[in-house]
Amino acid sequence: MIQLPQYLLDVCRLSVSYGKVEAVRDVSLHVDRGQIVTIIGPNGAGKTTLLSALMGTLPSHGEVFYDGAALAGTEIEDRVERGLCLVPEKRELFADMPVADNLLLGAYTRRHDAAHVRRSFELVYDRFPRLKERRGQLAGTLSGGERQMLALGRALMGEPRLLMLDEPSLGLAPLIVREIFQIISSLRELGVSILLVEQNARAALETADYGYVLETGEISLEGKASDLIHDARVTATYLGGHD
Amino acid sequence: MDIQIASILAVDGIATGAIYVLIALGTVLIFSVTRVMFVPFGDLAAYSALTLAMLQTGQLPGTVMLVSVLAGIALLMELTSHLRAGKAAKIPKAILYYGILPVLPPLIAWLSQGTVLPFWAQMLLALALVLPIAPLLDRIAFRPLADASVLVLLIVAVAVHFAISGLALLFFGPEGYRTEPISRAIFDVGGVIVSAQTLLVVLAAAAFSGLLYLYFERTISGKALKATSSNRLGARLVGIRPQVTGTIAYLLGGLLGGVSGLLIGPVATLYYDSGFLIGLKAFVGAVVGGLASYPLTALGAIAVGLLESFASFWSSQIKETIVFSALIPILIWRSLAAPQHEEEEEDIA
Ligand SMILES: Nc1ncnc2c1ncn2[C@@H]1O[C@H](COP(=O)(O)OP(=O)(O)OP(=O)(O)O)[C@@H](O)[C@H]1O
Ligand SMILES: [Mg+2]
Repeated sequence: MIQLPQYLLDVCRLSVSYGKVEAVRDVSLHVDRGQIVTIIGPNGAGKTTLLSALMGTLPSHGEVFYDGAALAGTEIEDRVERGLCLVPEKRELFADMPVADNLLLGAYTRRHDAAHVRRSFELVYDRFPRLKERRGQLAGTLSGGERQMLALGRALMGEPRLLMLDEPSLGLAPLIVREIFQIISSLRELGVSILLVEQNARAALETADYGYVLETGEISLEGKASDLIHDARVTATYLGGHD
Repeated sequence: MDIQIASILAVDGIATGAIYVLIALGTVLIFSVTRVMFVPFGDLAAYSALTLAMLQTGQLPGTVMLVSVLAGIALLMELTSHLRAGKAAKIPKAILYYGILPVLPPLIAWLSQGTVLPFWAQMLLALALVLPIAPLLDRIAFRPLADASVLVLLIVAVAVHFAISGLALLFFGPEGYRTEPISRAIFDVGGVIVSAQTLLVVLAAAAFSGLLYLYFERTISGKALKATSSNRLGARLVGIRPQVTGTIAYLLGGLLGGVSGLLIGPVATLYYDSGFLIGLKAFVGAVVGGLASYPLTALGAIAVGLLESFASFWSSQIKETIVFSALIPILIWRSLAAPQHEEEEEDIA
């Protein structure tokens, strides 16, 4: 299979089932290098399911190419080693370990490179001064917002090439949401490509380059984010009607 | 009971408790990282003591055979799974870890047959022979069931225990052994007689607990083990392989079990099936720590040793009954002390 423009992530007709129920059906999408791509859609559309399948935590049918190589049959850990990183909806932090250890383990795949680990700590503490203040606190005792920051920080510690974020603004105050989205768009400058799943469609489309709308497991609409934000259907359903 | 007897009982109890500390720490370590309640743990202690007894009487211990066969089975399983998945690149590593490293100690034991090894070399060899057993059992019996529930894993662990202690009868026979003491010196500490062997047991237990603590707090590998027990999926998402951390947990556990066997060998006569009771008492200590907290586990294990020692003074016939009855108040205390733990435990199951 020859692909002329080689995408960083190329998903061809991916399907995921829970038993007999198909939660994601024939989804095709791609992420270019250095791009922010967003997937928006209502509750239960299959967004989390899709990201889980891409990370390898759920079995799936169809083809996924990452950096030109098929991902089928590779373990989660192999994908992590190759720079694919997921911040899951439930965050999956190490609750009974301190913030600093959570971050340190984020750099687990690069653990033999002390200089890298130090640099990553600086970068993350720089972006999230709050985490630096709380570095000795157990992750399980953090506030909701701090927990989101820690999840994002832990993901950045491994210097991912493709970062998949599942609702990074979930349950956050508007001010922090803005901050999180600023950080996401600043990651682009570091050369990180991002696949962003969001409920907050407006913020997502304002940040992203390209967008997909996922409804009941299928892609119903796709296009440049700047076009989608003015699309009549998207405006009516996901942006609250005004615009 | 006067103060003299009480202090003798206390010294005895702390020494016994120190042994339980090592085994209980290993049990908690393996359980928290792999979710396997490793029932054959006490058997490892018995194996190392009996293996040393065999080496000291100049015989080739059956452990040589056991480890070689287990390594062979594990290697076969590893090779077929790699070939099936089409991952030929992983084969050299598999051969090194399952085909070569575990059979080195048996090979040395076999080659050194007939020559009289120095005392310390016999101890090291006995330890090295026991060390691969737990990781190999993990590869053969537990890893294929990685996603099974805690209960299924427990049932398999009980089955493995019966197999291992049955083989011990075959290898070591029904008679009991006592190994040579490491030192015969005796001290008089303020009127209480303390043997050097007792002191050694306590020091070794303290040293190994301390090392374990440092490993978890100071090394990234130790933290990866902690992370695996804290959140398995989270660990995988940062690239920690539960199979690898599991193997490390089994190796460390095997080390703790083996060392405790070497330490009790000279102070108690051990039979092929002595391990189970030792493991069970250590388990009582581990329950004090809720199978999660290492410091509480160590305290619990010492308490079990003391209880056993005093119980045997009051009535040596029912000392086991007294020790195991202690489980009831401990469990009540634990369920009262930590009701909020229920949710987490459901997650684990
Ligand atoms: N483990 C599971 N077993 C069975 N069905 C599941 C399971 N997980 C999710 N589903 C179903 O699959 C569908 C897609 O779920 P998913 O979590 O992917 O939705 P989502 O788009 O992430 O929704 P949200 O925006 O609410 O997070 C839903 O109908 C859900 O009920
Ligand atoms: Mg979701």
